[in-house]
Amino acid sequence: MIALQQAQNVPDPLSVPANAPEHCPGTESELAGKSDACAGCANQEICASGKARGPDPALPFVNERMANVKRKILVLSGKGGVGKSTFTAQLGWAFAADEELQTGIMDVDICGPSIPTILGIASEQVHSSSSGWSPVYVQDNLGVMSVGFMLPSSRDAVMWRGPKKNGLISQFLKDVDWGTLDYLLVDTPPGTSDEHLSIVSYLKESGIDGAVVITTPQEVALQDVRREIDFCKKVGIRVLGLVENMSGFVCPNCKNESQIFKPSTGGGRRLAEDMGVEFLGAVPLDPRIGKSADYGVSFLDEYPDSPATTAYLDIIEKIKQQLGD
Amino acid sequence: MTSVTQDTPVGRRLRHIKHIIIVCSGKGGVGKSSVSAQLALSLYGSSPTTRVGILDVDLTGPSIPRMLGLDGHPVHQSSDGWVPVYADGSEARLACMSVGFLLKKKEDSVVWRGPKKNAMIRQFLGDVRWGELDYLVIDTPPGTSDEHLSLMEHMAPVHDKLSAVVVTTPQAVALLDAMKCLSFTRAVNLPVLGLIENMSGYVCPCCGEISNVFSTGGGEEMARREGLKFLGSLPVDTELVTLLDAAEVEESQPSEGEIVQRSFGILRRYEKTSTAPLFAKIVEEIVRSLQNPLTNGATSGS
Ligand SMILES: Nc1ncnc2c1ncn2[C@@H]1O[C@H](COP(=O)(O)OP(=O)(O)O)[C@@H](O)[C@H]1O
Ligand SMILES: Nc1ncnc2c1ncn2[C@@H]1O[C@H](COP(=O)(O)OP(=O)(O)O)[C@@H](O)[C@H]1O
Ligand code: SF4
Ligand SMILES: [Mg+2]
Ligand SMILES: [Mg+2]
Repeated sequence: MIALQQAQNVPDPLSVPANAPEHCPGTESELAGKSDACAGCANQEICASGKARGPDPALPFVNERMANVKRKILVLSGKGGVGKSTFTAQLGWAFAADEELQTGIMDVDICGPSIPTILGIASEQVHSSSSGWSPVYVQDNLGVMSVGFMLPSSRDAVMWRGPKKNGLISQFLKDVDWGTLDYLLVDTPPGTSDEHLSIVSYLKESGIDGAVVITTPQEVALQDVRREIDFCKKVGIRVLGLVENMSGFVCPNCKNESQIFKPSTGGGRRLAEDMGVEFLGAVPLDPRIGKSADYGVSFLDEYPDSPATTAYLDIIEKIKQQLGD
Repeated sequence: MTSVTQDTPVGRRLRHIKHIIIVCSGKGGVGKSSVSAQLALSLYGSSPTTRVGILDVDLTGPSIPRMLGLDGHPVHQSSDGWVPVYADGSEARLACMSVGFLLKKKEDSVVWRGPKKNAMIRQFLGDVRWGELDYLVIDTPPGTSDEHLSLMEHMAPVHDKLSAVVVTTPQAVALLDAMKCLSFTRAVNLPVLGLIENMSGYVCPCCGEISNVFSTGGGEEMARREGLKFLGSLPVDTELVTLLDAAEVEESQPSEGEIVQRSFGILRRYEKTSTAPLFAKIVEEIVRSLQNPLTNGATSGS
């Protein structure tokens, strides 16, 4: 009997277009357009000619828009529900607290957009003008784009396969009139799949400044986060650091701290050490964070004196340091 | 609907399975995998002869191997297809399959676009030697995308065996995605057995005070509003987290004998958690619904 080991024959995940078939050798490969898998692929002619190795026609337009964006930061985690969207929102609010700065938040979680709810703008719609789709503004210097603004009802499921998601992400980057931004924060879905590959390939040329990776303390989350950091390494994204969220809960009654998601394998700190990434800090589990998110208000503004706010602000300071801002 | 022939490789394989239960949620981290694992363990423990399979189609974030203490276990190929990993060793009544078993190193990422995921799911459904099963539990990734569409497509020949359990946590952001997931089940005509509200309330181990760390009640309300059966709520259980983390597992690759020991241990330890009796009630409800398909509340929506 033989153990099946996965044939990881994808040379560079970024060179597999969204519409390529299962065994695409990658557009950069020698076999591009010529392998068995290429038969019937829409890109076969271009790939075989060796002419258009890869570049998506949207790319020049994306580059043009992104030329006005100073910093592009991804918020990632292999695991769902660890607080990516919540963190993205706090980061956005914290940056926007400085009136001099323009910040944008782009939500590429297409099947589960939480950003509109968390920012309290769930009932807004996207408007288009001659200069493109205009983002929805939480305040003058905080613009947001999400598929949530485009659905007739929040009950609607977006049942899209990869290529359609890829198409929408390219539109978010090339058709949205972001204006001049100091920061563009990108909230992502869990996993390492189409959305991630799409955002990374579209921003490859204009440059991603780095990724903030979020985890919770337990091993079931950490194992997915290890994979996410491995993904960042594979596609060449700098990891600005790791945030451990929901670490420890202080009972409002007896004030004692207990571990809900016990760090049975050392938690985020140990993972950061093991994988050689910066540990940015830990945010405690605080039910008021969840409530603020559900009601669409800024936790930082509502509870400025809470330990979680202090933790968030420390982490944000460290992120700025990492970026050299 | 077009009539679909039973005679696809997937149809032939799954013909010998009585019930297929898809666990879904829309939102990540709400407990799909832990509910799937508990469902498999509880069904397994419900009688000495029940045969259960668990298929993990969360291809980029597989949790099932870890949760059942099977990390690092290789999958074998036989002349009749892939042999699932048996969590209960030689008894061979609890079969598992996950992409997690196919990875060389635990930090290896699976960076696949849709078509590759589709192919993997087809292979999981068509090439795994499940044998006769009473239940096949399918753990899904968050969202309503490639994996979900592929599952429904490939399982069309056995559509009458399918049903879903929707898991949510009580916060508004989770309920929003649970609603999308429900819309998905309606769009693909998948009957829903009911809804579970997970992580509903937490008892402070120090003073016994109940805190609604992630709010509470939202799931039950959604079930009522949408005409779904409410299967029950499960509180935050820290013991369960540690158990599903397979906390005692060391980094070294365990020998086959050890794995078997540990898995039996997991069932035994699970049965001692405070969640197990609550979950047993949910399973009773699910089993009852599956046995009386006409009188159950399983709604394929409207
Ligand atoms: N530190 C925290 N304490 C309590 N609840 C939190 C905390 N961080 C996030 N949450 C809540 O947990 C849930 C999941 O967070 P979310 O940001 O939606 O995660 P993700 O985007 O990773 O799926 C949300 O309901 C959110 O309000
Ligand atoms: N009732 C519960 N109480 C405490 N922790 C839970 C509970 N249900 C799940 N968890 C933990 O929450 C985390 C996320 O659950 P998981 O089943 O992996 O979610 P999903 O599969 O939906 O992403 C896991 O670490 C799991 O052990
Ligand atoms: S033709 Fe190009 S895109 Fe299509 S499979 Fe071949 S290499 Fe991949
Ligand atoms: Mg999110
Ligand atoms: Mg899961």
